[in-house]
Amino acid sequence: MSSLFTEVSAEPPSDVPVRRVTVTVNGDERTVEVEPRLLLAHLIRSGFKLTGTHTGCDTSNCGACTVLLDGEPVKSCTVLAVQADGSEIMTVEGLAGPSELHPLQEGFKDEHGLQCGFCTPGMLMASKALLQRNPDPTEDEVRWALSGNLCRCTGYQNIVNAVLWAGEKLRADGGTQEEAT
Amino acid sequence: MYPSRFGYEAPSSIEEAIALLSASGGEAKVLAGGQSLIPLLKLRFATPETIIDINKIPGLDFLTFEADGSIRVGALCRHATLERSTELETAQPVMAAVAPLVADPIVRNRGTLVGSLCHADPQGDWASVMMALGGSVVAQGPSGRRSILVSDLVSGPFETVLAPDEIAVEAFVPAPTGVPMGGYLKLERRVGDFATVAAAVSVDMDGDKVVRAGIGMTAVGPTTLSASEAAAVLVGGPLSESVIAEAADLAAAAATPRSDHRGSADYKKHILRTFVIRLLNKVATSTQKVA
Repeated sequence: MSSLFTEVSAEPPSDVPVRRVTVTVNGDERTVEVEPRLLLAHLIRSGFKLTGTHTGCDTSNCGACTVLLDGEPVKSCTVLAVQADGSEIMTVEGLAGPSELHPLQEGFKDEHGLQCGFCTPGMLMASKALLQRNPDPTEDEVRWALSGNLCRCTGYQNIVNAVLWAGEKLRADGGTQEEAT
Repeated sequence: MYPSRFGYEAPSSIEEAIALLSASGGEAKVLAGGQSLIPLLKLRFATPETIIDINKIPGLDFLTFEADGSIRVGALCRHATLERSTELETAQPVMAAVAPLVADPIVRNRGTLVGSLCHADPQGDWASVMMALGGSVVAQGPSGRRSILVSDLVSGPFETVLAPDEIAVEAFVPAPTGVPMGGYLKLERRVGDFATVAAAVSVDMDGDKVVRAGIGMTAVGPTTLSASEAAAVLVGGPLSESVIAEAADLAAAAATPRSDHRGSADYKKHILRTFVIRLLNKVATSTQKVA
C-alpha cells in the first residue's frame, strides 16, 4: 500500500527538497514523499489519517504524541518524518483490531484511567513499552515510566492502576498477546 | 509548529558528514537525538539551510568501558543506554546519577550525551557532570581529530568552540585516580522541566582521602560553571565537616544565578550550597564506613 503526501505547503515551489520515505505503520508498509521538515506526528495524523495519535503541547513536554518507533516510545512531534525511513511505527490504532481491546485499553476502561482522553494514546503507548520491557512493574516503576506523559484530568492514580491491571492480565495470559503484537 | 524549510542529508560515514558540513559554509546543523535541535527548529530559533542527520552512520552508538577505567561515549549513545547500563554505577557513579534525571524517559530514548554537550544549554545536565569529571569531547574535522575539554568546549550560552566543519564524534571520561564517588542532584519543578539548580560532585577517593575533585554547576550562570576553587579545597584530605562547608560556600560564591520564575538568585545559591553539602556528606559517610 502506498500513498504520496505533501502537506507542508499547498503549492510547493519546484526547488523544495522532497524525500521518499518508507515506513511500516501498524504492520502496513507505506511509501510517501515528504518535505524534510515534516514532523512524524503530522505524517501520522494528516498523511496516514491515523488521528489516534494526538499532538498536545507540540514542544516535547506532554507526551500525547507518543508512538513506538522500532519498539521504543518517542515523542513524534520531536522526530522528523524522514528520520523514520526504514522503521516500524506503532500507533494506538495498532494496539488491537477495531472490535477488540488491548489489555491496556481494557485496563484504562475498567480502572477509569481517563477523563477527557486526550493524553490516553500517549499513555497507552508509553505503557506498552514499559510492559514489554518490564512485565511486572511496581507502582513506582509505572509512575517513573509515565513521567514524560502529562494528564491534566485524572491525577494519574487511575492511570497507574490501569497499567498495573493490564500488566496482571498480560501475565495471566502468559504474555502471548504481547509477543504477538 | 513547522520548522522553516531545510535540505536534509543522511550520510553513511563521518567523512561524508564532514564533507557535507564543509560544503555548507557554516549553514548546516548536525542532527543526532534531535530533542533540543528539533524544538529549536520548530520555534525557528534555528534556521539552518541543511540538516545533516548522523543517525544512519554505523558505529556511533557505543558506550565503552576501557580496561584503564576510562569511558567513551559515542555521538549516538542515547541517555537511555546510559541509564540502563549496569556497569556505569561502579565505573562512574556521577554519570549513573545524572542519566535518569535528564529530561523525561521518552526524551531519553532519543537524546544523546554528546548532543547535550554540543547544545551547550546552561541548564543542560551532562555538561556539569562532564566538567566535574574532567571529561572531553573528540571533534573530527577535515584535518583529523582533536580533543577538547568540556570546560573549554562551551564558549557561551548555546555556543561552543566547535568549527563549522567539525563533528563531536564521542565524549571521553578519563580514568579515575582513586575510587570514583559522588553524584548529581537536581531541583526541577516537575519531571522534564529544566533544572532550577543542579550540582555535580565528583571525587576520586583513596580510603577516606580525596585525591581528585571536580564540581560542575547547572543553571546558575550564563554557561555551565565549574567550581574549581571549591574542588581544590577538597583535595588531599578527608571530607571533614569544615572542609565540606568551605567547599559548599566557595561553590555558592562562584555561582551567578539570576532571579526568574523558577526562584530568586539567593534561593538558587542556597539550594546549590545544600546540594554540594549533601553530595559530599554522602561520600564522607560511605568512606567512613569503609575506613
